[in-house]
Amino acid sequence: MNGSTNNHSGVSLQVRGLRKSFDGQEVLKGLDFEVQPGEIFVIMGPSGSGKSVLLKQLIGLEPPDAGEILINGKSIQSPEITSQYRLAMVFQSGALLNSLTVGENVGLYLSEHRLKPPEEIARIVAEMLETVGLKGAEDKMPSELSGGMKKRVAIARALVIEPQLILYDEPTSELDPLSSVVIGEEILQLQRRIHVTSLVVSHDRDLAFGVADRIAVINEGRILTIGTPDEVKRFNDPLVQSFLHADFKREP
Amino acid sequence: MFENIGELILLFWRTLLSLPLAWRQRQKVFDQFYEIGNASLLMVCVLSFFIGAVIALQTGPVLVERGLASAVGGIVGIAMAKELAPVLMAILIAGRIGSAMAAEIGSMRVYQEVDALRTMNINPVHYLVLPRLLALAVALPMLVVFGILVGWLGGAVVADTNSHIAIPFQAFWANLRDVVEVKDVVNGVFKSFCFALIIGVVSCHQGLATIGGPRGIGRSVTKAVVNSIVLIVIFDYMLTRILLK
Repeated sequence: MNGSTNNHSGVSLQVRGLRKSFDGQEVLKGLDFEVQPGEIFVIMGPSGSGKSVLLKQLIGLEPPDAGEILINGKSIQSPEITSQYRLAMVFQSGALLNSLTVGENVGLYLSEHRLKPPEEIARIVAEMLETVGLKGAEDKMPSELSGGMKKRVAIARALVIEPQLILYDEPTSELDPLSSVVIGEEILQLQRRIHVTSLVVSHDRDLAFGVADRIAVINEGRILTIGTPDEVKRFNDPLVQSFLHADFKREP
Repeated sequence: MFENIGELILLFWRTLLSLPLAWRQRQKVFDQFYEIGNASLLMVCVLSFFIGAVIALQTGPVLVERGLASAVGGIVGIAMAKELAPVLMAILIAGRIGSAMAAEIGSMRVYQEVDALRTMNINPVHYLVLPRLLALAVALPMLVVFGILVGWLGGAVVADTNSHIAIPFQAFWANLRDVVEVKDVVNGVFKSFCFALIIGVVSCHQGLATIGGPRGIGRSVTKAVVNSIVLIVIFDYMLTRILLK
């Protein structure tokens, strides 16, 4: 992630035969899919279907039990991957460092890796916060922010890396519909602006069908279908259809 | 605890390897140092004064009764410098600072802040462990030197004011200076340096190994303090044997 290239184009991601178990329980049961450079790929599925575990494998936080994850053809586990490609992740909770201010959080990557002088970092931080609609929030502490603001700060922190692949873990969970739309628009704008490859894990149907180029539906560690939003909507599988159309049925 | 010895050694080794980055982390080292000093100085002062006082109170009347009044200063001096100040200050710091370190890093682990660091290619050992270990390794020996001096003062005050002992202040100090050598204080300081490394590594390891939610953080804090104290006592014996030679 210390890459010095100015190449802003997204990277491709290939996942082959990915398996992961915890305490003998298989959570991922052989996943295969491919994400094209610059694509917004959404993985949908009910809670507990293995989506967050999959993201941890994809960013290299946990090694898979079997299978491989390739970024532009290179294994995510290879040591040079982080120096060749810039990867970022927006965590479900935001995962902001609570002891740092918003500005310090956003500029952390640049300051820790000494990539820019402090004045330049301050300028970039202000610019990124403005991009996510949080102009002037540099000196606030994460505890002073709402859930939606934390997620936008987390996106700003990811943007600073100028990522080629960005992973979003449930970016709209715990958010009101308006904030969810703002986050969805951020994901789209980012893809348009820097052609980053985006992989979004979510069970938010509105977000998924609003931003995705392609969608994969996952259940109990297996992919049920992959396709464009229209193809997924038409996919004739009871599990997929029940997930896509689940709704309250109130007695009259 | 013992199943984690390998992980503790590995964490210590990784922290040693990251020492060249210490200058870059100086602000964090200073912040931690300030935190440790600020949180502990008053407690160290009170604890040391009364430990010195109680040694004088326990030994003074017995020695005076047997005509060995001149030994009281030496006993208080040696006991504080070589054993009590290093061990008790280390136990105090394990409880006060080690627990805070385990809780802070543990909560960062549980709330994915450590994962966020790793996704930014920031090594948690460099960012979290190194500054804490360095600050402790400097702060604890300094607190122990301070504790030794205050402990001697406590012993001297009791020896002077207690009617069963009644050794004048100057006589107490003269005896202490006769018996205690610089190397005794250096031994105590060296021990405290080793204890600081134990507390830092054990507490940071427990923090980084935290799993689960708030209950997991609580478990890590308890284990950090208990394991640190057990290792301090074991290493105290081993270091004393080595330093006696």
